[in-house]
Amino acid sequence: MTIEFDNNLPIYLQIMNYIKKEIITGKLKAGDKIPAVRELASELQINPNTIQRTFQELEREQIVETKRGLGRYVTSEESKIMEIKKEMASDLLGRFIHGMQELGFANHDIVNIVSKAVEEKDNE
Amino acid sequence: MENILQLNDVSKSYGGKRALNQVSLQLGPGKIIGLLGSNGSGKSTIMKLAAGLIHPASGTIQVDGKPVGLETKKITSFMPDRPLTENWMRVEDALLFYQEFYADFDKTKAEDMLGFMKLNKRDRVRALSKGMNERLQLTLTLSRNAKLYLLDEPIGGVDPVARTKILDAIVNYYNEESSLIVSTHLVRDIERIFDEVVFIRDGDIVLHDEVENIRLKHGKGIDEMFKEVFGE
Repeated sequence: MTIEFDNNLPIYLQIMNYIKKEIITGKLKAGDKIPAVRELASELQINPNTIQRTFQELEREQIVETKRGLGRYVTSEESKIMEIKKEMASDLLGRFIHGMQELGFANHDIVNIVSKAVEEKDNE
Repeated sequence: MENILQLNDVSKSYGGKRALNQVSLQLGPGKIIGLLGSNGSGKSTIMKLAAGLIHPASGTIQVDGKPVGLETKKITSFMPDRPLTENWMRVEDALLFYQEFYADFDKTKAEDMLGFMKLNKRDRVRALSKGMNERLQLTLTLSRNAKLYLLDEPIGGVDPVARTKILDAIVNYYNEESSLIVSTHLVRDIERIFDEVVFIRDGDIVLHDEVENIRLKHGKGIDEMFKEVFGE
């Protein structure tokens, strides 16, 4: 696992996003085991307590579950994974729309530009 | 939980020059803490006070709830900014020296760490490069099963490769129930291993917070923050 960290943002959020992406893209599958705190800490050269916090937050969001004595696993609920996917897509879209609006595009222009770009991409 | 290190109104001067100005500080257990400041800010003074090597002019210092003294030295492992080993020693002699000196020295851990650090037992301490010597000092310091580890400038003056190795070793071999205080002015390379940082300037503590809090509150990392606080 390699993450390019931005030291100016909370590290645990960056690791959370990274793990979510791994799940959405299928690199980590539903029910897969997640590395131990210590393992990940030394791999990423991060404070173990920060990793611990990352996992706690992921548990709170029910993306990761702990099985007593066995370790941590990616949730086996596919619906949860779909939910993360939608959430991340909506984040991305929100930022895109905001950026386009800042450039002065009206909403219908944005829709036109996007559908045109998608078409072009298909024809490539 | 009991603080692992507590300073109450501690002052210290060297030949009329104030090194610490009524400093109060509480550090909890189970954390990696960065003690950050430029040269001469008072970092080493705090480390030496905690290790019991020097005494404050006024104020009190406690380690694990007990006043600094013989009892606290047993649970404090200090890595000074200058090596404690002698030049005639080989790496194996340095290990023996520590083993005889400290009851909590863990030989198995030390041997394991030597391998990790790529140190050879038969090497002479004198012949070690600066980076390899730092690796040896760190091995000796972390091989004690202490409650409080004090690393004074562990990455000063070593090249980036040795620096990475030293950081790896800290993350790998640090025992989560203990606390580890690292003093340094090289912030960028090391900030991701900290739970908390303490900024010290001219003998005063100017900031003490959790690193993730600083990033959340200010939208900047510790290195940026350090430059802002210490920039001229």
